[in-house]
Amino acid sequence: MRYSVFPGCSLEKGAIGYPYWQSIEAILPHLGIELVEVDDWNCCGATEYIALNRMAAYALVARTLALAAKTDGLREMVAPCSACYLNLSKADTYLTQDSVLAEKVNRALAAGGLHYHPGSVKTRHLLDVIVNDVGYKAIAQKVTKPLTGLRIAPYYGCLIGRPAFYGQIDDPEYPVTLDKLLRVLGAEVVDYPVKAHCCGGHMTQISEATAFDLIRRLIKSAADTQADLIVTVCPMCQMNLDGFQNAMNRYFKTDYRIPVLYFTQMIGLAFGESARALGIGAEIVDARPALSRIGVEVPPVEEARPARRARRPKEALPMPVMPEEEEEVEL
Amino acid sequence: MPEVVSNGAPRTFLDQVVAATPSKCHLEMCIQCGTCGGSCPSGPDMDHTPRTLFAMIRAGMPDQVLRSNTPWYCVSCYYCMVRCPQDVHITDVMYTLKRMSVKLKKYDEAIAANFSKTFIFWVENFGRSFELGLMSQHMLRHNPFGVFRIADMGVGMVTKGRISFTPKRIKGIDGLRAILAKAKEIEAEDDARILGGAE
Repeated sequence: MRYSVFPGCSLEKGAIGYPYWQSIEAILPHLGIELVEVDDWNCCGATEYIALNRMAAYALVARTLALAAKTDGLREMVAPCSACYLNLSKADTYLTQDSVLAEKVNRALAAGGLHYHPGSVKTRHLLDVIVNDVGYKAIAQKVTKPLTGLRIAPYYGCLIGRPAFYGQIDDPEYPVTLDKLLRVLGAEVVDYPVKAHCCGGHMTQISEATAFDLIRRLIKSAADTQADLIVTVCPMCQMNLDGFQNAMNRYFKTDYRIPVLYFTQMIGLAFGESARALGIGAEIVDARPALSRIGVEVPPVEEARPARRARRPKEALPMPVMPEEEEEVEL
Repeated sequence: MPEVVSNGAPRTFLDQVVAATPSKCHLEMCIQCGTCGGSCPSGPDMDHTPRTLFAMIRAGMPDQVLRSNTPWYCVSCYYCMVRCPQDVHITDVMYTLKRMSVKLKKYDEAIAANFSKTFIFWVENFGRSFELGLMSQHMLRHNPFGVFRIADMGVGMVTKGRISFTPKRIKGIDGLRAILAKAKEIEAEDDARILGGAE
C-alpha cells in the first residue's frame, strides 16, 4: 500500500509531535505501508489562517494539494494530524462544491506556477488507513507482545469524526474504531464517555480557564475509569492533555498523572518494537509506571542539554546588557 | 441565495455573512432550536450562544454581533455542526464573523486575533508553523508571567527534544508568498463588494 504523506508542522523533527512521527516510521514496515512525503509541503493553516483570511487560507491548503497531486501519481494522501486532516479534506470538498471559489483559488495558485484540480487528491487520517486498509485481522496476526493488563482510555478528539467532509469513517459522537484496534492489540479498553470531546485546541494560548476546564474533563474521566493511560490520534490533543496536564493540576489544585501516548506507539509496542524506537519517553507525564505493568522498559531519554553560554572572564566587570528590542512586525 | 441589490452587494447583514462564507453555510435555514449552544464546550464563556448570535444576525445587529466574544471562544470542535438539524455550517460562520470583526475593526478580543496574526506571521515567512516562536511571541505580548506557570512543561519539551530553536523555511517560499498575496488581493476585491454596504 502506497500513499503520499503530509506530516504537518507538529510532526517535524524538533516539534511537539515528533514522537508520533518516530512511531509511525517504526510501524510502517510491519503494516506493509509505504509513505512518500509530499515535496515542500506547507502548513495547513490550522485554525488560525481562516480566522483572518478566507481566500489565502484556501490557497495555502490548495498549494499543498497541488504538490500532492504531483507526488508519484498517488491519489490518496495520509495526514497523521487530525487538524491537518480536517483542513485538507475541508478545502478539497469546498473547492469541489464551489466552482467560483475553485476558480479564484486557482488564480492565486497561478501566481506561484501551480494549479489544483479539485478532487484529485483525497486526504485520509492515518487511523482510517490503518484500520480500514490494513485491517484488524492483519494487525492481529502481527501482535507478538499483546498489551494484556493495560487499561486504556481511547481518545479520538474532535476532528477525526467531525464533520466528516469525505463521509463518515466513524460515529461523530461515539466513535469505536480506536477501541477495536486497541482490543486487537490485547489492551483492556475502558468505556470513555468523553472520547470525542474537545481538548481545547488553541485555547491554552487564549483563555486558560476555558482550556483547562476542557482538559480537566478528559483527564478526570480517564482517572475515574481507572485507566492507566490515554491513547490519542492527534498531536494537538497529545500536547494539550500531556503538556498542559501539570498546569491544569495547579489551576484546579488536583494531582492527576495520566500519561498520554499515540495509538501508533501502542501498535509498535504490541508488535515488539522497543520503547525508544517508538519515541516513548518524550512525554511530559511519565508513562513508565503504566508501561511497567506490561513489562515494557523505557530507557531514560538522553537529555539534550541546552548549550551553555560561554562564561564571561572573571576579571572583567560585568557590562550592563540591554535586551534586544523586539522588532515590531507589521502584520 | 443571498438577496442582492443592483450593484451586486448583499443587502442585509445576514446576506453579507452568508456571502462571506465559503461554500453553502445554510445560515438562513436556522430554526433557532438551540442545539448548537447546548452542544458547545465553551458555551459558558461566550457572551452569546451561537443560536442567540444567529438571531442577532437576522435581526440586523452587526455592531453587537461583531463585538461579541462568541466567535473567538469557538474551539472549532464541530459538535454543533454535526448536530444541527438544518445543516448550518456553524463553525464556518464563526470564522466568517472573526474575519469580519477584524476587517471592520470591531473586535474586543484582541488575544485570540493576535494569536492568529502571530501564527500567520510564521506561515507567511517560513511556510510552516514554528511552535517556539509562536508561543514565546504570543506569551510575551499577552501573558508574560504565564511563562513561569508552564516553565516545567517548557523545560520538559526542550530536554526531550520536542522543541526546535530554529524555524524551517520551505524551498518554495517565494512562490507561496506570491500565491498568498494574490489570494489576499482577490479577497479584498470580494470584500469590497460584500462589505461595501457596511459603514
